[in-house]
Amino acid sequence: MKRRALLAGLGAMFVGACSKVADSSVGSSLLSAAEDWHRKAHRALSSRTAMVREYTKADISPDFRGNGSLTVDTEAYRAHMAEGFVDWRLEVGGLVANPLSLSLEQLRAFPQRTQITRHDCVEGWSAIGEWTGPQLSAILEAAGISSEANFIVFRCADTLGGHKYYESVDMVDALHPQTIIAHRLNGENLPIKNGAPLRMRIEKQLGYKHPKYLTAIEAVASLDDIGLGKGGYWEDQYGYQWYAGI
Amino acid sequence: MKRHFLSTRIWHWINLVCLVVLFMSGLNISNAHRYLYWGEWGFSPEQAWLAVPRFPGWATIPDYYSLAAARDWHILMAWPFALGLLFMWAAMLVNRHFWRDLRTSPAEWHPRSVGADIRKHLRLDFRHGPGKYNFLQKVSYGLVFAVLLPGMIFTGLAISPGFEAAAPWLVDAFGGRQSARSVHFIFAWGIFAFFVVHVALVLLSGPVRQMRDMITGGKA
Repeated sequence: MKRRALLAGLGAMFVGACSKVADSSVGSSLLSAAEDWHRKAHRALSSRTAMVREYTKADISPDFRGNGSLTVDTEAYRAHMAEGFVDWRLEVGGLVANPLSLSLEQLRAFPQRTQITRHDCVEGWSAIGEWTGPQLSAILEAAGISSEANFIVFRCADTLGGHKYYESVDMVDALHPQTIIAHRLNGENLPIKNGAPLRMRIEKQLGYKHPKYLTAIEAVASLDDIGLGKGGYWEDQYGYQWYAGI
Repeated sequence: MKRHFLSTRIWHWINLVCLVVLFMSGLNISNAHRYLYWGEWGFSPEQAWLAVPRFPGWATIPDYYSLAAARDWHILMAWPFALGLLFMWAAMLVNRHFWRDLRTSPAEWHPRSVGADIRKHLRLDFRHGPGKYNFLQKVSYGLVFAVLLPGMIFTGLAISPGFEAAAPWLVDAFGGRQSARSVHFIFAWGIFAFFVVHVALVLLSGPVRQMRDMITGGKA
């Protein structure tokens, strides 16, 4: 037992040292720099339009797990749900020449992309589903996106732990051909647990970068004034990595 | 007994720090979803081939559950670990450490000679022949250098969705993303097993001299 206590003690000392490093300013900037090196390495190793794997219908998982918010607990959302989301609007604004307010019908009038892709949660699990929707690049083009826009911010109807869910990506991921605003999953309207009526698919990143219950898209030059400035709900509240390609 | 190369000594200690941080932060990450699957997908216990126990705080980095902070450490230490291994392989090939000390000869694989080496180990007799390492050492170091350590890097890359666009074949090579994740976990414990045996043998074969030699290089 003594040896085990010694080992546990040594372990605790080491872990203690690690948290001291993580709390120091040099340590924490090193930790976020490492995240940036991964993003740069990923971007250097593949072209901007390099695609993630697309699967066949036979590969689709029997269920598509819902995680995080599984519905939106507001009267307004329940009313939308009862009406089949006919009055749902997706606002497109920020650094664009013509701000848009799009109904689901208008979104369905854009050229549609259908892709069977794998969803990887930061926790470790994966599910495969077939998503359909317009490419984000087409919507941004229709809105006349400004060359000053560096990031796209996604606003959502749901709250988690009392905070509004939101997310953001840079223009490389925003304009990627597989980045779509999905309104269908496996040939059906998006289920409530998966983000009805609209959710993003940002296929080169982990699941928390694919916001659900999407209400608005905003083009911005900087993330500093959005939320707590880290670019997303999980980033702001829990220190998750903004670049979730790893 | 030949001296340890300076490159070997530097890599050995840097790699130790990397492995400890990667392993302990990895156990924290494992706590986020304690099920392993084969194939491309898997998200609930009934699809799992293994339900992994929850690892206690004293074994994880940080010492409380934080997937975000554990991933910070894992993502950081992956760099010196991967680049260090690349450096060590290059150094081993250039300074002939690999060819001279780690490569096995066909004669060493003869069952009688393998048996003799195992019996020698069981008697805790660590005297060496003319080579730097005996057969079992060569095989275990070979397994670690050629399979387990690079395997951790490749499976790690395969489970990263951002890297997938650069090399989708890597995910296929492991039979799917969840298979790669399972192999990542199995190899991590393979390295842990090597670590335990490695430390035990150092303790049994003159720990003071062994530690000194891995720091100073030892006497020629």
